Amino acid sequence: MASVTYEHVTKKFSADTTAVNDLSLEIRDTEFMVLVGPSGCGKSTALRMLAGLEEITAGQIKIDDQVVNKMPPRDRDVAMVFQSYALYPHMSVFDNMGFGLKMRGSTRTEIETRVKEAGRILRLDKLLGRKPRQLSGGQRQRVALGRAIVRQPRVFLLDEPLSNLDAMLRVQTRIELQKMHQRLGTTFIYVTHDQVEAMTMGDRIAVMRDGVLQQVAPPREIYDQPVNMYVAGFIGSPRMNFLPVTISDHEAKASGFELKLPEAPGVARGILGIRPEHFLPNVSEEDTAIELKVEVLEVLGADQYLYGKIGSDDLIARVDPALKVSIGDRVRLAVNMKRLHLFDAETEKAVF
Amino acid sequence: MGTAVRTNAAPAWHQRRVRIYDREAPLGYLLLVPTLLVLGIFLLYPFLFGIWLSLTDSELGNLGNFIGLDNFRFEWRNTDGVFYTAVVNTFLYTGITTVFKLSLGLVMALLLNQAFPFRRFVRAALLLPYIIPTVLSYEAWRWMFDPTFSVVNWLLVNTHLAAYPGPNWLGVPFNAMAALMIVNVWRGTPFYAIAFLAGMQVIPLDLYEAARVDGATRWQQFTSITLPMLQPVLLVVLLLSTILTFADFQGPFVLTNGAPYNSTQLLSIWAYQWGIPGGAISLGAAISLVLFPLLTFVVAGVLFLLRRPE
Repeated sequence: MASVTYEHVTKKFSADTTAVNDLSLEIRDTEFMVLVGPSGCGKSTALRMLAGLEEITAGQIKIDDQVVNKMPPRDRDVAMVFQSYALYPHMSVFDNMGFGLKMRGSTRTEIETRVKEAGRILRLDKLLGRKPRQLSGGQRQRVALGRAIVRQPRVFLLDEPLSNLDAMLRVQTRIELQKMHQRLGTTFIYVTHDQVEAMTMGDRIAVMRDGVLQQVAPPREIYDQPVNMYVAGFIGSPRMNFLPVTISDHEAKASGFELKLPEAPGVARGILGIRPEHFLPNVSEEDTAIELKVEVLEVLGADQYLYGKIGSDDLIARVDPALKVSIGDRVRLAVNMKRLHLFDAETEKAVF
Repeated sequence: MGTAVRTNAAPAWHQRRVRIYDREAPLGYLLLVPTLLVLGIFLLYPFLFGIWLSLTDSELGNLGNFIGLDNFRFEWRNTDGVFYTAVVNTFLYTGITTVFKLSLGLVMALLLNQAFPFRRFVRAALLLPYIIPTVLSYEAWRWMFDPTFSVVNWLLVNTHLAAYPGPNWLGVPFNAMAALMIVNVWRGTPFYAIAFLAGMQVIPLDLYEAARVDGATRWQQFTSITLPMLQPVLLVVLLLSTILTFADFQGPFVLTNGAPYNSTQLLSIWAYQWGIPGGAISLGAAISLVLFPLLTFVVAGVLFLLRRPE
């Protein structure tokens, strides 16, 4: 159990490729922290620097209060689950899981006890004698987790551990990982490009882009109060609608409608952000309404997505599937003004 | 219902061809024929001819008569007084050089697998002993081993590793054998190194990363990851090299040709000396076949170790 601190950490692979740029981030003891962002945003590099697999160009990383910049991986007491699982193909499941303990000079009996315990938790008891190539993808993934658990490390590092699993297994394993985190009470740092994984698993989420940390906050807050357009667009599916507006005082004018902002933003050009789920189909007198010309319909059972145009802007709205709509219809929708976002068109930062 | 007329039916010759293509078993044998012909003419015929020769009293220019195992009996009783020396030498020569080639090749591959400037160039240079025509390089070695006019002794004497005039390399039995082995190791090591390097490069890097996080030291990474992952390549290289070294001829022929006093006699040289200059081609064939059963066991053993476990 340990806390992890990144202090102004920078990683340059060459003079003009900066993978991680001035990252400062505090991860609390026993926290489940998710680093999320598209591929190439520096999240894996940040994790690998903590593991000791990449050198740190500038800044420092601390585990508890100890600076680990120059410490070799074996002394950091962290365990890592790789995207590829990186199981040792020539070793049995048992030997794979016990390898870390063996390298640290644990006794045979201790290795046996701990591997069997982990095998039981991960339902691998019957597979301990097999080689990795004799296992299914899900089983391999559990062995990779087991190898980390057995070590009882101070920090768990997980680098996209679910991305090689099929959709069903991914959801299952996601839940199992959360249970495991609760049971082990260890700090987890989890890297993913999948915003659903980030939202569902993280105590807090750190959104990264081009090596720069954008926002760190609990999932709810990331969703409700994104600090900029990038975070707003990255989290949430379907993506938040962005509508350019010109503003004078309280009045915002988009290409297809006008609305009265709750407060004067003090910028002349802005981007309105409305999540698809923040439209209401019942329009009353005092609501701000828009009229959407429906071009594509997606009915998903629990939801119905309307894709269309308002003025010259594209728009997606999520509505009750009970609402009868056909393609070509003009649907009147009320904007949920309480959930409205406005971004400065220049800086893309959130105004509210 | 009327009979449908196929206006686009394929012509008769085409249909016939399709039938052959469709019958897998005959087609399979048909496609095997060229390979079998090549193997039969270039491998099986000489091999069987060699066996037949060893059972006759043939001489050069004179196909003799069948004499059973007399040739083998002749050597078995050590009639020429050299046969057993040659057998022992062949085993020593193969065993000792293989140990050196294996370990030096491994070290070389490990070094070449690191990142350093001009890596490609150095890797290519490794193959130099293979590019130079062998007779040329062995003649060069013979000159280098010359006791008076050569670089080896000049170096040894001037670095005070040996007293003037330095060892007589090719003239003293022990030294001559050592010289043969040195040259064989020189020529054989790059083969090991290249094969090991290729084997190392396909080991996924994330295994090493996992091992580092798991707490493995450099040495533990080598013994727990590199060596086991290299095992198939290692066995194949060992097999090929053992066979080739058992039958090695060029180097020993150019350097000593069995001299001094048959002390560096190898089975390959001895077979040649009986068979070609000595004219007793049948005896030569018998000598070169002596190791055949033994090598068969070696090959079978290695192939057994190489089988895919499942």
